[in-house]
Amino acid sequence: MTDNNTTLLDKAAEKAVRATPVPLVYRVRGLSDRSIAWLFILPTIVLLLAINIFPLIWAVYLSFTNFRANRPNAEIEGVGFSNYQRVLTDPDIWQAMQTTAHFVFWTILLQMLIGFALAYLIDRKFRGHAFWTTVILIPMMLSPAVVGNFWRFLYQPQIGLFNYVYAFFTGVEPSSFQMLGSVTLSPWAIIIVDTWMWTPYVMLICLAGLRSIPDYIYEAAEVDRASAWRQFWSITVPMALPFIMLAVLFRAIENFKMFDMVVLLTGGGPGSTTEVASITLKREAFESWRTGRASAFAIILFVAVFGLANIYVKALNRVKQR
Amino acid sequence: MTNETTPPAKPKRPFFLRRGPMENIATALIAVGFLMLFQPFALVLYTYSLVTLLAGTVMFIIVSKFPE
Repeated sequence: MTDNNTTLLDKAAEKAVRATPVPLVYRVRGLSDRSIAWLFILPTIVLLLAINIFPLIWAVYLSFTNFRANRPNAEIEGVGFSNYQRVLTDPDIWQAMQTTAHFVFWTILLQMLIGFALAYLIDRKFRGHAFWTTVILIPMMLSPAVVGNFWRFLYQPQIGLFNYVYAFFTGVEPSSFQMLGSVTLSPWAIIIVDTWMWTPYVMLICLAGLRSIPDYIYEAAEVDRASAWRQFWSITVPMALPFIMLAVLFRAIENFKMFDMVVLLTGGGPGSTTEVASITLKREAFESWRTGRASAFAIILFVAVFGLANIYVKALNRVKQR
Repeated sequence: MTNETTPPAKPKRPFFLRRGPMENIATALIAVGFLMLFQPFALVLYTYSLVTLLAGTVMFIIVSKFPE
């Protein structure tokens, strides 16, 4: 029975070989390993070119034209560097850049401090640390849309929990301040939400760094009678530094593009207090329909983040080599 | 008696073709351009930030291909 099956299979295979056009057989057999590797990665490269590189080149092209996306049939004229000149001399866009820098600086500082502290605590492996790790990670798993709406309720001056908790500790009237409606408090309201949501992510990266430090280094330090403070600054921080730097890089790139949370919480207001660069960009592109100028603005942001990432990766490599 | 010979010293590359210092200059340009783009003090610095950033980034891309 088994022999019979084998013969049948052999016959089918022979049939398939005969049915295959000869040139194709030779072509496939004659391919080198390198060519086969190229054959496999070609679909990915094509996809990457189509959805990443082509739009980038197209945006560069549009940034030198007067194209408006709401007038697709209008004649496109080249305007040289005029779009760049306008973006770089517009005080409102300059203001948006400063707002973005303010957000990026404070969110990263707070996320790093709290994230590293949490990772340091979780690394102690106390009872139930796995449970608490999962609990801490929950905000990161939520959708920004959910987080935005959820915090809008928390910040409500009449019924919001945030105002009541603050009032409980300080004694002020809960409805005496508005986190989202005040010019001074609204930027901080967004910073608090972003920190709440993304600190777990930083914690996770820092935890990976702390777990990668071998125990024998601490044991050797103990033998040398190094204090806990000394061990922290001479072993823990330097050895976890590449991971901390990676976390800063990821969060900085992400926060320069911060959009969803700001739109959901304040929509850029009150006035333009919380109008970050990505919101100004969206308004230029889809409210004023100045697609060319918006493309120029996007390219400026891209160059800034790309340049920063370059020097950051260089610094990271130096730290790793140490 | 051993006949020790020191290998002839390699001729030094011109400053503009040395990776280390040029990479440092490019890094400094990027950092300055970045600060100019986000600073709140003078609009004129903001205006010239892109040129500085672009010069630094292009320079960094080129000089990082130089041999060590």
